[in-house]
Amino acid sequence: MRYIEPHGHMVSRVTDDYVDIVTAGCQAVCEPAFWAGYDRSSVNGFYDYFCQLTEYEPKRAAKFGLPHFCWLCINPKESEDVTLAEEVVALIPKFLDRPNVLGIGEIGLNKNSKNELKVLESQVDLAARANQMILVHTPHLEDKLKGTRLIVDVLKSDTRIRPERVIIDHVEEHTIKLVLDAGFWAGMTLYPESKCSPARAIDMLEIYGNARLWLNSACDWGVSIPLNVPYTALEMKRRGWSAEDIDKVVYQNPLKFLSQSKKFKLSKA
Amino acid sequence: MDQTPAIMTRQQVLDLYFMDARFKLIELAAFLDRVDRAEGQADFRLDGLRKALRQLDAARPDRAKQVLLALSDPTTDPIERAPGKGAVGAWPGAAG
Repeated sequence: MRYIEPHGHMVSRVTDDYVDIVTAGCQAVCEPAFWAGYDRSSVNGFYDYFCQLTEYEPKRAAKFGLPHFCWLCINPKESEDVTLAEEVVALIPKFLDRPNVLGIGEIGLNKNSKNELKVLESQVDLAARANQMILVHTPHLEDKLKGTRLIVDVLKSDTRIRPERVIIDHVEEHTIKLVLDAGFWAGMTLYPESKCSPARAIDMLEIYGNARLWLNSACDWGVSIPLNVPYTALEMKRRGWSAEDIDKVVYQNPLKFLSQSKKFKLSKA
Repeated sequence: MDQTPAIMTRQQVLDLYFMDARFKLIELAAFLDRVDRAEGQADFRLDGLRKALRQLDAARPDRAKQVLLALSDPTTDPIERAPGKGAVGAWPGAAG
């Protein structure tokens, strides 16, 4: 089996995880910028993080034969400090030409505050000006519905944004239709305690089709399972899915979306 | 839209998922018993869970969506300032 992990925070993971996902058939991993679990004290912390995502982590992945790509942004959990956010947004263009950078992400909302919304609009504007693809984080739990609505409104109100170049991640049963009906791609995140289980993700694929959906583990420093995409492929097989249908969801779909960036090149799997 | 129709029969769904659903149902029942045995006040999360539980009995094809909606903030305006970073799984405004 071959698959792409389109959302994994590998700087938080150990080398055993690289061994496991490559052994399971992973052909590439994509790493959105996110919260470190604590607030960075200055823009210099983001400079160092962006260097890690564009210099060190690709080399670490390459030791296991795995292509590594990334997305850059200030995440919504640190967007309440608008002054810091503006400094980070000003820093990002210096990194956009680096060979493994796919676009702006994971931007979005966390608690749906006015400052988070302001920083989201600023980063959508940056993506539009720099002709970058966008990867969006939607809020957790009780905040997801409202946040997804606000995010879709921001993206739809900017006429420079082409929905087919935007993926809105962490959808669940109450937000997936909203995202797909607006023309965006949607990501389903497979977590053991929140977001989406393999069974529910497959339910949604069976209900809403497989045209603009991908699966990811979003593995990070929290409770998460780096192998959850191949585990879900196994669940599809148990449910009678054909090898071709599984391949479309776990490999061809992320390949199709990500290949809109000329930088996303894979050797033939 | 490329469709991926459900493949399993109802019997196959039961064969694959019944034990898992049974396990989770008993876990939920035991959780509610545990809350009842404990002393002190509960907070809005318990009310939210009880409200969401009512969706399980509904004869409709989107119970998972309805449970999520029952636990969601239904308002539409951004809040003035983020009170913190975390989420708790139920909306305080739904209490009562």
